Amino acid sequence: MSELGPIFRALLRNKVGAFLLALQIALTMTIMVNAIHMIENRSSMMARPSGLDEANQFYLSSNGYAENFNERAVVEEDLRNIRALPGIVDVTQINAIPLSGGGWSMGLQTEPGDDKPSVGVAVYFVDDHGIDAFGVNLIAGENFNPTEITYRQRNEQGWPQNIIVTEAMAKELFPDLTPAQAIGQTTYIAGDEPMTITGVIDQLQAPWVGWSGVERVMLVPQRTEFRSSRYFIRTEPGQRDRMMKAVEEMLVAEDRGRLIRNVRTMEETRDDSYRSYSALQTILWIIVIILTIITALGIVGMVTFSVNRRRKQIGTRRALGASRFDIMKHFMLENFLVTSVGLVLGVGSSIALNIWLVDAFSLPRIGWYYIPVAMVILWVVGQAAVFGPARKASQISPALATRTA
Amino acid sequence: MFSYYVRLALLSLRKNILLTGLMVAAIGLGIGAAMTTITVNYMMSSDPIPQKSERLFHVQLDNWSPNQPYEEPNEPPDQVTWLDATNLLQEGRAFRQAAMGGTSFVIEPSQAEQKPFIASGRATSADFFPMFDVPFLYGRGWTADDDNSQNLVVVLSKATNDQLFGGENSVGETVVMGGRAFRVVGVLNDWQPRPKFYDVSTGPFNEVEEVFVPWSLKEPLELPLNGNNNCWKPVGEETFSAFLRSECVNSQFWVEFEDPKDADSYLAFLNNYVTEQKKLGRFERPLNNRLMDVMDWMEYREVVAEDAIMMMYMAIMFLVVCLLNTVALLLAKFLGRSGEIALRRAVGASRRDLFLQYTVESAMIGIAGGLLGLVLAWFGLQGIGGLYGDMTEGLNELDLTMVGFAIVLAIVSTILAGLYPTWRACSVAPAGQLKSQ
Repeated sequence: MSELGPIFRALLRNKVGAFLLALQIALTMTIMVNAIHMIENRSSMMARPSGLDEANQFYLSSNGYAENFNERAVVEEDLRNIRALPGIVDVTQINAIPLSGGGWSMGLQTEPGDDKPSVGVAVYFVDDHGIDAFGVNLIAGENFNPTEITYRQRNEQGWPQNIIVTEAMAKELFPDLTPAQAIGQTTYIAGDEPMTITGVIDQLQAPWVGWSGVERVMLVPQRTEFRSSRYFIRTEPGQRDRMMKAVEEMLVAEDRGRLIRNVRTMEETRDDSYRSYSALQTILWIIVIILTIITALGIVGMVTFSVNRRRKQIGTRRALGASRFDIMKHFMLENFLVTSVGLVLGVGSSIALNIWLVDAFSLPRIGWYYIPVAMVILWVVGQAAVFGPARKASQISPALATRTA
Repeated sequence: MFSYYVRLALLSLRKNILLTGLMVAAIGLGIGAAMTTITVNYMMSSDPIPQKSERLFHVQLDNWSPNQPYEEPNEPPDQVTWLDATNLLQEGRAFRQAAMGGTSFVIEPSQAEQKPFIASGRATSADFFPMFDVPFLYGRGWTADDDNSQNLVVVLSKATNDQLFGGENSVGETVVMGGRAFRVVGVLNDWQPRPKFYDVSTGPFNEVEEVFVPWSLKEPLELPLNGNNNCWKPVGEETFSAFLRSECVNSQFWVEFEDPKDADSYLAFLNNYVTEQKKLGRFERPLNNRLMDVMDWMEYREVVAEDAIMMMYMAIMFLVVCLLNTVALLLAKFLGRSGEIALRRAVGASRRDLFLQYTVESAMIGIAGGLLGLVLAWFGLQGIGGLYGDMTEGLNELDLTMVGFAIVLAIVSTILAGLYPTWRACSVAPAGQLKSQ
């Protein structure tokens, strides 16, 4: 390491140039660390399981418009007919679609009273086929009984006796109870109307993917007579696309005074809901990659200049006995020094930017490992960038020392 | 002299074409990324109705639970109840006022070959159209009389009129909506304020509704709600009328003043109104009513997406890196020419001459980078359109202001980037450099 002294003194001859490069590397690291952190953050949100059997599910909406539209009869007949199709696992009428962005929420509380705290929960009105159509697992208690399914009118205010909740919701209401112990517990809706938990399912997401309570869901054993409703359908593996056509054709075949619309798969719905997430990820990746390339090319340019300016000195050093390897080592080490200064600055600014992002956009903090990983990447990029010009420098002939100019 | 500098600059830029290319590419990419994200932010935060945005005010009344605010720390609901919207409309204390709320209709076209379809709708009052300068293709909005006598009248959007009447003047024709015959009184021309400021509750960049009907029809026709509904208290009776008279917020109320200063007296009136309502057992929270003009309201509702802001900061930092890159390269380049500079100084070129010459050279890199940046920004915006789909419709277009801004940003930032290297180059002492040769 005895070379470090001369290298350092050589660097000081172009302080500003070296400092600019270090600053550029510091900023590159800052952007890299925080952009990759954001990408990771979105990835982990997109990776949360919905609890559904998404690849084999689709839904459609049915809107009654005719004066003589008999919703109860039509819905019951539709569900029966759909269920009878070979290739269908199960179907339920439902008020809102998971992940879709639109739905109902209510507050549940463990003590009655307007002034008691309540926990927000997404509401799905389903019948006894709901659990099967979702493809979720009951981990405690029982499914709804077919006889307890009632019809809900548009302006109805009351609530049925029994509900099924997700494990996350049960934990939020009763942090100290296991799912099995939550069975039979009473919660209060709309302030003081009691409801009993009769079942707990493992996992099911709410309609709003950006909501912090996305895991909190309750199933209510009611069919709705709102004149507009949705059917949520699960098919045998691989049958979805065929069944979508078959179900739609069957439902529109007879004029029942209603419109069938929005026949869509769960996969499309997921893509739509997370579109802005994956778009942000793509854009940040592009920024990080181009940025790294620009920084690398900048290093190539800078070193090329500095080699060209020092051609005569290099020739002299070679003439005085320095090997080609010594010359290469000089430039590689020089770059290592500058990069290291930049990276030290970069650690500080990466953390500073992250603190600001946490503050302004409520992003989580970066994991500590981002810092060393980014440092290693940029060291490698720097060394790779300097390799070409340094090799050129090492090929300068010692005879150059004897020439003027 | 200037053209001489330009020639010199071109010569020098061509001498090291790779390096010039690298600098132009770096500036171009930086400008391209910054312009792409700045444009999206600029479009999102643009004033949807610049001619009168400071005279249009959105009304908020705090009818929320006495036990907790609608939103921490003490924010009133972002919509009002049907009851309050209807009451304020009746009072009519502002120059113009409009109550409104989203709804939807099943439309049954008269031609047998057209199937029934669902149209998004807005129930609102007569002032909506003049207040928001809504452009009409045929006819006009309905009158206050139509509002008062609950007439079945409708204003169609241009697209709906195209679909139902093939684009013909349909004023006076009949449209069957929700099983009832409505008379067409007007057809809108193309109209899509961005953001859709008058109701951002389900998304600030949604499409304008397809049909508009009088507010007074909401109760008799039991028009369904198409939008957000928030309640803090059970409705009570299970009727539509009880729902409308509940404390559930699901409507919007806007007022227009002839002079923005009238807002103070209108706020006083609102406080009075709420105080009166308190006597009826409503509005249990302390007075907390708000009036915000269009741009304040857009800011309050944060219509510019956080992602867009984050992306813009990232892209601007990216531009800074590209500029640092350019400063370092220009510095290396200019210092590498110390010999040449010294010679020119020795044969009589003043510092000013050299300064001008090198500034011209950096400005040329700036211009080239700016042009490249514009092209890249155009591609970037297309890319954003592709990545986000319909969400960004109308937000990913470069307008003249942005094109001008991009070029100026490129040139100014490159000249700034060139300042220090140029200054260093000019301070080369002629004698020292010549000697060492």
